[in-house]
Amino acid sequence: MSGGANTPLRRLVEKGRASTATARTATLLGAASSLASTFLAWSYGSAFPGDLTIYGYPGGAQVHVLVLAAVAIALLLIEVSPLRRVVTPGGVGGTVRVLASGVFLITAFTVLAIGVELGGLINVEWGGWVALVAAAVFAVAARLLPADRPAVWSYRLPDWVEFLVIAVVLGLALAAFVQALAIPEWEIFLCYLVALGAALAAAWRLGLAAWISAVGARHRGVTVTAAFVVAAAFPFTQGSDNHWLNVMVNVGIFATTAIGLNIVVGLAGLLDLGYVAFLGVGAYVGALLSGAAASSIGWNPPFAVTVVIGAVVTAIVGVIIGTPTLRVRGDYLAIVTLGFGEIFRITVNNLDGSTGPQVTNGPNGIPGIPDLVFLGVDFGQSHTIFGMNLGYFANYFFLELVLIAFVILVFSRMNNSRLGRAWLAIREDEVAAQAAGINTFRLKLLAFALGATLAGMAGTIQAHAISSITPDSYQFLNSAFLVAAVVLGGMGTVTGAMLGSVVLLLLPEKFRFFQDNKLLIFGLTLVLMMRFRPEGMIANKRRQAEFHEEEISERLGREAQAEGAR
Amino acid sequence: MKSAGEDTQRGPVLEASGVTMRFGGLTAVDGVDFTVGEREIVGLIGPNGAGKTTFFNCLTGMYVPTAGRVTYRGTPLSGKPHLVTKTGIARTFQNIRLFPNMTALENVKVGRHCRTTVGALSALVRGPKYRREERETEARARELLDFVGLADTSDGLARNLSYGDQRRLEIARALASDPGLLLLDEPTAGMNPQETQQTKDLVFKIRERGLAVVVIEHDMRFIFTLCDRVAVLVQGRKLTEGSPGEVQRDERVIAAYIGTPAGSEQS
Ligand SMILES: Nc1ncnc2c1ncn2[C@@H]1O[C@H](COP(=O)(O)OP(=O)(O)OP(=O)(O)O)[C@@H](O)[C@H]1O
Ligand SMILES: [Mg+2]
Repeated sequence: MSGGANTPLRRLVEKGRASTATARTATLLGAASSLASTFLAWSYGSAFPGDLTIYGYPGGAQVHVLVLAAVAIALLLIEVSPLRRVVTPGGVGGTVRVLASGVFLITAFTVLAIGVELGGLINVEWGGWVALVAAAVFAVAARLLPADRPAVWSYRLPDWVEFLVIAVVLGLALAAFVQALAIPEWEIFLCYLVALGAALAAAWRLGLAAWISAVGARHRGVTVTAAFVVAAAFPFTQGSDNHWLNVMVNVGIFATTAIGLNIVVGLAGLLDLGYVAFLGVGAYVGALLSGAAASSIGWNPPFAVTVVIGAVVTAIVGVIIGTPTLRVRGDYLAIVTLGFGEIFRITVNNLDGSTGPQVTNGPNGIPGIPDLVFLGVDFGQSHTIFGMNLGYFANYFFLELVLIAFVILVFSRMNNSRLGRAWLAIREDEVAAQAAGINTFRLKLLAFALGATLAGMAGTIQAHAISSITPDSYQFLNSAFLVAAVVLGGMGTVTGAMLGSVVLLLLPEKFRFFQDNKLLIFGLTLVLMMRFRPEGMIANKRRQAEFHEEEISERLGREAQAEGAR
Repeated sequence: MKSAGEDTQRGPVLEASGVTMRFGGLTAVDGVDFTVGEREIVGLIGPNGAGKTTFFNCLTGMYVPTAGRVTYRGTPLSGKPHLVTKTGIARTFQNIRLFPNMTALENVKVGRHCRTTVGALSALVRGPKYRREERETEARARELLDFVGLADTSDGLARNLSYGDQRRLEIARALASDPGLLLLDEPTAGMNPQETQQTKDLVFKIRERGLAVVVIEHDMRFIFTLCDRVAVLVQGRKLTEGSPGEVQRDERVIAAYIGTPAGSEQS
């Protein structure tokens, strides 16, 4: 495919080079005017979130546009400078395109939202229109940039620099997270998410994200430790305000349970649709042994004992439920576990003294569960740590963090052992696994019981943290959410399950619309996920290989062809 | 645990008597007697649908035979595949059944499963016992990959291996359970002459390790040059059994393959 010397091909190449320069200039202009437009007023009414009526001072979503455009300009300039070889070895086309799309989406959304919320597009000041046109020019011109090659940043820096990189990245992540929580208006929050998404996608295109994850993988221990330190720093960003701490405690419990479920679903490949029942068993054990007035058991052992009892009881329940159910496979297993999950809820409903013995107060549940006292610390009191007075939910947050660390340890150590290998083998080919000498039933039961135990432990904490439990908190819908978190986040990965939990629990807190249409949105998201990214947000390497074999081999084929053409 | 291939005092490695397998009205295996001695390589041949694979499945606990008795070195076998493997019989499949998304090394490590004992608690704590066992598993798996000639593909996913390599990997996985008897179901299907020759050498090498081997194969030259003894299965019954020379000369065997004048056996 070399082509003749003076053929039309040659002319096309010349023309291409010329139009590349034009596209770059146009993009630069678009980006610069987008950036400039954020200093204008976009709206006549100041009621719109962020107050966009002020000249010379970007507010609200304008800030996001400003940042994205600035980054794009920087990249475009770098590409024509000697720094090019270091920062943008693969070109910037795709990266700038992503940023430009972000800018356009945010600008268009904001202009439109001003129109809708303030009663007509008449409320959009001329600055808003300028911004829209600039963003459109930016986005269209960026499309004309030459495509970039997938970039590989393979820089190996001294260890201490790489540690610093990890620390900075995690610190930034915490800052971004805290800032997101602090945004009260959903409009700005949405723009923030779009900006964040665009920035992350751009980082991937550039090769920066891949490099950072490679650095993280090189120093795994450091990264994990740093991640926990950063997570532990979260309460200090909230001070004595309990609201988000409370939410994050719930997220933590949900995430712990999701990671436990991920052992069952992601590692052993058993779709359990009644998993939340185990969280319920743990919670009821925790509540009954809490010394609550409504508890039918007077005994109130120290919490460490309660956790152990909760773990043992759920393990036993797991074995009891698993023994009959694990004889069936696939879809049947899902249905049978769903049934057993409901049996738990109905049983607890009926242990109310009228239709059965009085154990659980039936549908009324157990209210007034006292706060934990653990290691002499009263979890109901706020404490001062490092000179900072933290809301009392911080206590639960820290305890939850310890539990998550434990669950992650269990997950990863099981995964990287003879047992994890056996689970994977069962998932891959059950008949071959049996022939290779694996007692498949026993291993499945182990996964099932182990997952149950972890959920049970989370349950004992949950009972105290939410202070009142009813059977309805453990209905099928919650099992479905747990599965959704695992599938969305990524089956077989810890980070995936955590990310899935955060997304699933935090978004409804931020968007009323989400809250009201939870099921519709989750359903849609899952369908889209299954279509476009079946391996979940954070993919297990192996699953990625399973799902994208053709695409990967196709891409390799195309690259090989390109090599040949060169 | 010591290799199941070492205690030789208790008679033949495999003794099957009157093994019968019925699927509804179809008798796929019909009263087959079959014996394998120490370090013997026995061929099992027969036309398509003769019941060879079904017979293997009966031996390995994949199917519970309708009638008959199977013993391994005098121990009666239970109807559970993983227990049969633990007792000392390992197998490969006619249609390769590897764990495609695991690496070659991991595939072989899975084969060690029944010879290792680390439980959940030990895997969590990772004490010295765990680490020793993991090291041994790793070493054994690498040794076996080397043995079948796959040492330099150990980190590739099984499904990216060539067809011949996949068959060899399956053998390595089977060997990982330290069997005394290895059952190979058409190990050279789809191979070129050169690969077939390598497979033959491999089977001889396996015998040298002290194992007995039963091979199902349609490639007659392969069977007759490899085996000490050949059994012929036709329509679920054992037609005849003997040295390669005897079987080769047997008119009935030729008739069974080409079809009798009445042509009654093809369905
Ligand atoms: N699970 C089953 N259910 C019903 N019939 C079966 C089953 N398994 C095997 N059969 C039947 O038993 C007979 C023997 O099959 P088998 O696979 O053992 O033949 P084979 O000798 O291995 O043939 P090939 O050389 O083609 O592999 C066939 O008629 C087959 O259809
Ligand atoms: Mg067969």
